Amino acid sequence: MEKAKHNETELKALKEEMSHMWRLVLSQLQKCKQAYLTNDTELAREVISREKRVNTFELKIDSDCENYIALFAPVAVDLRLVLSLMKISGALERIADFAEGIAKHVTIEDFHPITAKLKEDLKIETMFDTVISMLSDSFAALESENTKLSGKILQKDDEVDTLFMEGKEFLAKYVQKESSYSKCVLETLLVLRKLERIGDHCSNTVEEIVFYIDAKVLKHVKSRE
Amino acid sequence: MIEAKNVNFYYGDFHALKDISLEIEANSVTAFIGPSGCGKSTFLRLLNRMNDLIAGTRLEGSCLVNGKNIYDKSVDVDVLRKDIGMVFQKPNPFPKSIFENVAYGLKVNRMGNKAEISARVEQSLKDSALWDEVKDKLNKSAYELSGGQQQRLCIARALAVKPSVILMDEPASALDPISTSKIEELIYNLKANYTIVIVTHNMQQAARVSDKTGFFMLGELIEFDETKRMFISPQKKQTQNYITGRFG
Repeated sequence: MEKAKHNETELKALKEEMSHMWRLVLSQLQKCKQAYLTNDTELAREVISREKRVNTFELKIDSDCENYIALFAPVAVDLRLVLSLMKISGALERIADFAEGIAKHVTIEDFHPITAKLKEDLKIETMFDTVISMLSDSFAALESENTKLSGKILQKDDEVDTLFMEGKEFLAKYVQKESSYSKCVLETLLVLRKLERIGDHCSNTVEEIVFYIDAKVLKHVKSRE
Repeated sequence: MIEAKNVNFYYGDFHALKDISLEIEANSVTAFIGPSGCGKSTFLRLLNRMNDLIAGTRLEGSCLVNGKNIYDKSVDVDVLRKDIGMVFQKPNPFPKSIFENVAYGLKVNRMGNKAEISARVEQSLKDSALWDEVKDKLNKSAYELSGGQQQRLCIARALAVKPSVILMDEPASALDPISTSKIEELIYNLKANYTIVIVTHNMQQAARVSDKTGFFMLGELIEFDETKRMFISPQKKQTQNYITGRFG
């Protein structure tokens, strides 16, 4: 019984660490959205400078998971949790990398000609909101250990993919008309691409949560409903 | 290979095994886990009729080995135990030489002449991964061996009479990690020629050596499945609670 309590305390600490990392990455993404939509270079620099904290979390969680496996030899749900946390911390770190990348675009002068109208036409705010909701819903799924919403979260990734494809088409036509903005268009395309990748990593986190809670593997399954 | 059908077993009034049905494939390792008193050793001992020696016990249902009911009246228990050998928790070599320990079953059962017995002893010691350590001192007392070596000697003794099944009741619980690892390696290698059923309290050992695992609790077989599945995604809550240490 004593061992079980010790074991559970360690797992609880691991989960808390993950919650802190998740909140930080979510806030990075929200700030990066605001910085992008309002061309706020100050806020963009804040996102860039806080990226190191995310990396530190990733290293800490990886090392704690390794220690847990070595010391407690977890099985069943405990093993699934630790494996999931290791992969989720990697996915969150990548999401934060992309958020930092988008923030860097905001600080580049070539980027500034992009108008509010163009951002609206490309539905970039919708893309931001969709990936942010994916990330916060999957966080809620982990916190409540409930995977009911996983299907809906994964569907949102398809919405993000569609927005990316539409945005790409739009920019291709746009650059033909406004060739003097070509550098800005390329930068914008890179932002869209980063948001699309963030959506993919959010999907990965949901897949890991489903593996942990329901012991089901959703990866590379076409119909994930 | 081994099939239990609706097995119920009683020690007097105590209902120790409740409606156990399972099948064990040939050339596989099956591990039984569960808390003390759950019935796993009782079930293991049923498979070579060791429980016959305990007064006041009663069995319902049937145990079949190679399609034959081992509790049938026509079964000669001595012949049965030759085919279904057993290794116990504590190494129990006879107070004889290393050679005589392994040759004992062969001599009692008159299995071969002197040369054949010598060859069989050597092969059994090789199969139990002990030969290199004892080949120069076969006439020394078995008691001069370490605990881990004594346990491998007991395995060699069981192998000598060419059984098809080997039952192991906590075979490594009294051994240090190096000896334990040798026994586990041995179990893994013996699978090619024997069917092995092992009872263990060491869940990691069950996970390492077995193909299938059965979890017993309060006389019931709660779950019986492929070991990988049992230790990654057990289907029953009780199994999960036990293997993750949350039981009780």
